[in-house]
Amino acid sequence: MSLTIKIEFGGGLELLFSNQKSHKIEVPSKIPARERSESERAVDLQYLIFWLRDNLLKERVELFIENGTVRPGILVLVNDTDWELEGEGEYQLKDGDEIVFISTLHGG
Amino acid sequence: MLSLDDYQRYGRQLILDRFGLPGQLKLQTASVVVVGAGGLGCPAIQYLAAAGIGRIGVIDHDVVELSNLQRQVLHTADRIGTPKAVSAAKAVEVINPRVRVDAIVEPLEPRNALALLEPYDIILDCTDNAPTRYLISDTAVSLNKPLVSGAAQKFDGQLCVYNLGPDGPCYRCLFPRPPAPEVSGSCEEVGVLGVVTGIIGNLQALETIKILTGLHDGKPTLLIFSALSSPQFRNIKLRSRRATCPACGNEGEKIGSISELDYVAFCGGQRPDWVSKGMEMGTPGGRIHAQDLDESLKSETRVRIIDVRPPVEFGICHLPNSINVPLAELVADPAKVTRDEPPEETATYVVCRLGNDSQLAVDVLRNAGMAGIVKDLVGGLRAWAKDVDRDFPVY
Repeated sequence: MSLTIKIEFGGGLELLFSNQKSHKIEVPSKIPARERSESERAVDLQYLIFWLRDNLLKERVELFIENGTVRPGILVLVNDTDWELEGEGEYQLKDGDEIVFISTLHGG
Repeated sequence: MLSLDDYQRYGRQLILDRFGLPGQLKLQTASVVVVGAGGLGCPAIQYLAAAGIGRIGVIDHDVVELSNLQRQVLHTADRIGTPKAVSAAKAVEVINPRVRVDAIVEPLEPRNALALLEPYDIILDCTDNAPTRYLISDTAVSLNKPLVSGAAQKFDGQLCVYNLGPDGPCYRCLFPRPPAPEVSGSCEEVGVLGVVTGIIGNLQALETIKILTGLHDGKPTLLIFSALSSPQFRNIKLRSRRATCPACGNEGEKIGSISELDYVAFCGGQRPDWVSKGMEMGTPGGRIHAQDLDESLKSETRVRIIDVRPPVEFGICHLPNSINVPLAELVADPAKVTRDEPPEETATYVVCRLGNDSQLAVDVLRNAGMAGIVKDLVGGLRAWAKDVDRDFPVY
């Protein structure tokens, strides 16, 4: 079983991902247990961030991830809502979700 | 009270339900300050003035340049060299002479921000750089005023009202740290379509009018515009004020006194001046001046010119017989250039827009084992246009 997730990058972040703003990806619906004591768990946003790092990120990981989460200048949106209102990294992904990562623009 | 002719002037908005005469009177007694009279500020000021805002402060210390006119629609060819704040005031005078404009030809800095922004009801951030954006946000928090913030670049824009009402987040709540300089460039570096700044600037005027007339729902949202995406507009529901925000929260460490903060350092230091950096000589003998390149092209038979600009810029103008190998491609695969081993004694000259990328390219080529004469053009094609070929386009 896998989930189809739409990913969007904006505000310059797309430069780290082959200069492509929209991506459609498939991730496993369950994160396999690493140890016997652990049980399988549903895939969450935290897992997705590392999945993006390992599968889609083309350069300079430090501009995307810092201290185990996205770099503080980056805003994460879950279906057009600030991820802070959705449980941040613990948000459980659903099939068809749209996750947006944007950096703030400066130009004027 | 409205003057008699103002009933006529504002008639089309006076008859709007929920706006009416009270709405117009609110605008007439309102004051707003627009920081930056550029691509965002011009359309914002234009519509605020036309709508009948009583007093508009315009803060900008730059002067009008030819390259501004593509998007900074209040400025005109005959006002090139005039301070933008003065030029914007002149434009407003023509549109709506009853609006009072304070043209403030000063940079907004930590030492003067509180005093300059204090007299106004609402602040519009129409600036073009990170340090000033954090400074304006902190000042808006300190003065307890709503901040209508716009930004635009390439084909994209962002709009957000910060610090609105008791719970509205500030800029720092959303972006506690500035983005890496590597992923953010200026309009001069990465370009911007004039209409895009126009759309965002207009939206800033709209949100300002909504707040002043009580038509804003007070909910914090971030609007993301992308001209080439579908849908073009996305409205994002935002969090409330962050309790631990160092600017507007009530827990944890605070930013301290604005006048003592170093916003430039916070945002990663001074942005490089690419024009003067492109003129630096670097290692002796590593670079070539435009006149010497001209001589060499005339006298030497075995010369090749590699132009490392992006293809779109190469398409604007290039030297005859130059080959386009964009820097990114060259870095990824130097063999693109080195494998066509030229005949002996061929000199390779690398050029770009300002003379920065070409230096990187020469380093890449040398590291890839390229021998013989490999030099790059000091000051790039801009220097070529200045010193050799006056008819060569500068963009």
